[in-house]
Amino acid sequence: MSNIEAHTVAYVRDTMLPEQTPPITEKGAVKWLRENLFSGWLNSVLTVLSLLVIWWALAAIGPWLLNTIWNAGSLRECREILDGTPGACFAVINDRWHQLLFGFYPSQHYWRPTLAFVLLLASLAPVLFTNLPRKLLYVSAAYPFVAYHLLWGGSIWLPVSAALGFVAGFVAFVFARRVNGLLAVFAAVLAPIFWWLFLAQPFNAGLSSVLPIGLEFVRSDRFGGFLISLVIGVTGISLSLPLGILLALGRQSDMVFVKSVCVIFIEFIRGVPLITLLFTASLLLNYFLPPGTSFDLILRVIIMVTLFAAAYMAEVIRGGLAALPRGQYEAADALGLDYWKAQRLIIMPQALKISIPGIVNTFIGLFKDTTLVVFIGLLDPIGLSNAIRADTDWNGIYWELFIFIGALFFLFCFGISRYSMYLERKLKTDHR
Amino acid sequence: MSEPVVEMPVDRKIDISQMKVSDEIAIQITGMNKWFGSFHVLRDIDMTVNRGERIVICGPSGSGKSTLIRCINRLEEHQAGQIIVDGTELTSDLKNIDKVRSEVGMVFQHFNLFPHLTILENCTLAPIWVRKTPKKEAEEIAMHFLEKVKIPEQALKYPGQLSGGQQQRVAIARSLCMRPRIMLFDEPTSALDPEMIKEVLDTMIQLAEEGMTMICVTHEMGFAQAVANRVIFMDQGQIVEQNRPTEFFKNPKSERTKLFLSQILGH
Repeated sequence: MSNIEAHTVAYVRDTMLPEQTPPITEKGAVKWLRENLFSGWLNSVLTVLSLLVIWWALAAIGPWLLNTIWNAGSLRECREILDGTPGACFAVINDRWHQLLFGFYPSQHYWRPTLAFVLLLASLAPVLFTNLPRKLLYVSAAYPFVAYHLLWGGSIWLPVSAALGFVAGFVAFVFARRVNGLLAVFAAVLAPIFWWLFLAQPFNAGLSSVLPIGLEFVRSDRFGGFLISLVIGVTGISLSLPLGILLALGRQSDMVFVKSVCVIFIEFIRGVPLITLLFTASLLLNYFLPPGTSFDLILRVIIMVTLFAAAYMAEVIRGGLAALPRGQYEAADALGLDYWKAQRLIIMPQALKISIPGIVNTFIGLFKDTTLVVFIGLLDPIGLSNAIRADTDWNGIYWELFIFIGALFFLFCFGISRYSMYLERKLKTDHR
Repeated sequence: MSEPVVEMPVDRKIDISQMKVSDEIAIQITGMNKWFGSFHVLRDIDMTVNRGERIVICGPSGSGKSTLIRCINRLEEHQAGQIIVDGTELTSDLKNIDKVRSEVGMVFQHFNLFPHLTILENCTLAPIWVRKTPKKEAEEIAMHFLEKVKIPEQALKYPGQLSGGQQQRVAIARSLCMRPRIMLFDEPTSALDPEMIKEVLDTMIQLAEEGMTMICVTHEMGFAQAVANRVIFMDQGQIVEQNRPTEFFKNPKSERTKLFLSQILGH
């Protein structure tokens, strides 16, 4: 067929050409190597250089890691066993891992944070993976109260009465909705506030005296290590996302008052270093609060970290909102969806999807920033590494502690990052 | 006068141009004015649309034709005059706006399907959340209209997997699922490849046969001739001329209309 001359005008193909396999250099390992490692002299040089650097790093660290001492009572003992050869002394982790994980939490109660952690995973599962039964979300909703009781203990009626506030709000909403939508919103806000302010206290006190059940109370200053990082990190993460969404919507609002409050809040928080906010939480807040009110330090830190992350979150989500074509808003409007339904069903699912990388960035940043609480005297893993080193047994040990702490943080952050990639793949429906 | 831009199929069951129009008024616009900032986009628009009427609005770009139909479901706000849709006056009252919007379907130039939802979910979303239709029933209605626009087999795909013409037909089905009494079309074929224009126009003709009240901004003059019972020509935010399509194309009255028609039909 190919011998037909180009200038022959009338030409009809009678057989279609079959598909053919590509030549050998176009597939398999050969192709991959050529394309990715040796595609030109510059790339070949870089490949060789990179291999050398990797070799050099492994040769330096490898023996030290492989020659690890796991059982020793002190750094001196480690050095005696090593006898001059290079080697790591992870015995310190073996000796003090419980401190790095739980801080000064009473050791007979270690099961409580451990159970709280296992339950955390269980209650996260239905939130993270939508193919699990939706009924499991009730477990997730109950988790904050269960976890509070497990970690701090005290009377069981305190978290129960707090939870009942939300139930009161829900019930009020359902009943008021029959009358009027706006009334329902007011009822849903006012009912829990009324409950918490006036009824929760007598309810709590009454039941505590009749049925004094509950776990032993553990004071906040006994918390430490990864326990504190997780408590602050997980609470901050789960509260900053909804708050950030509201702030982003507020910033886009047509209502001048709402808009300016949101703008001022976001710009103020973003303009101030986190450490300043943490110092405010630990020192200054007490001056501003009415005398006699004492506010748990961890709670204060959680509030500050949440507000800080929420401001960043709001800006990340605003970026997602800005990326949505105006046609999406118009189509939602034209179908008669009201503002909140349009936001919930059309705008937010898409805006949040676009913002996933930014949101995860903020989450990971928040989680790692929890180590800053060391500066206001809370004993997070870094703070505890100082405390461990203050012991004469382990005076002078740095690498092993930091490697362990780093590895645990990496585990969490890498997990978050992998999950976000899974989510992005799952939500990719636009087939661009 | 040269040939229409798109030829219409001849084997129609009903001759649409002979269809009766009811006396009942669907849309009444009186003395309506709109500004974008200091730019006067729409000037003293007076217009009445009867139930069952099929109106084509044409005109050069920037003449305000899209803005006019976007005012009818309040995607744009008018600043003076009165718009009454189905007996409800459009004011800043959100209740009225939502009521009008659920009665008036709209099809956009760029389809504006929701890319994160399947075709079926696109169609059932508004019936479920606005009309409170049970999910099963909403899905039945959606499948009914998807069959009508001839793409029921795509129901579980996402908009991104469909061709432009298919997407626009889904957009039409999505609007129809709300059982609107009036349909607005804002240049529904302008973003489509020539091959796909016909499939969308066919769907629109089918709608017209069933007596839907339609206002259509389009440059498809063949469609106007075959379907419309009134053509409105707009320029600089004003209605310059309106007439029955046969008269409009044969004897345009104003110089501006003649110029416009010679430009879009004369090549």
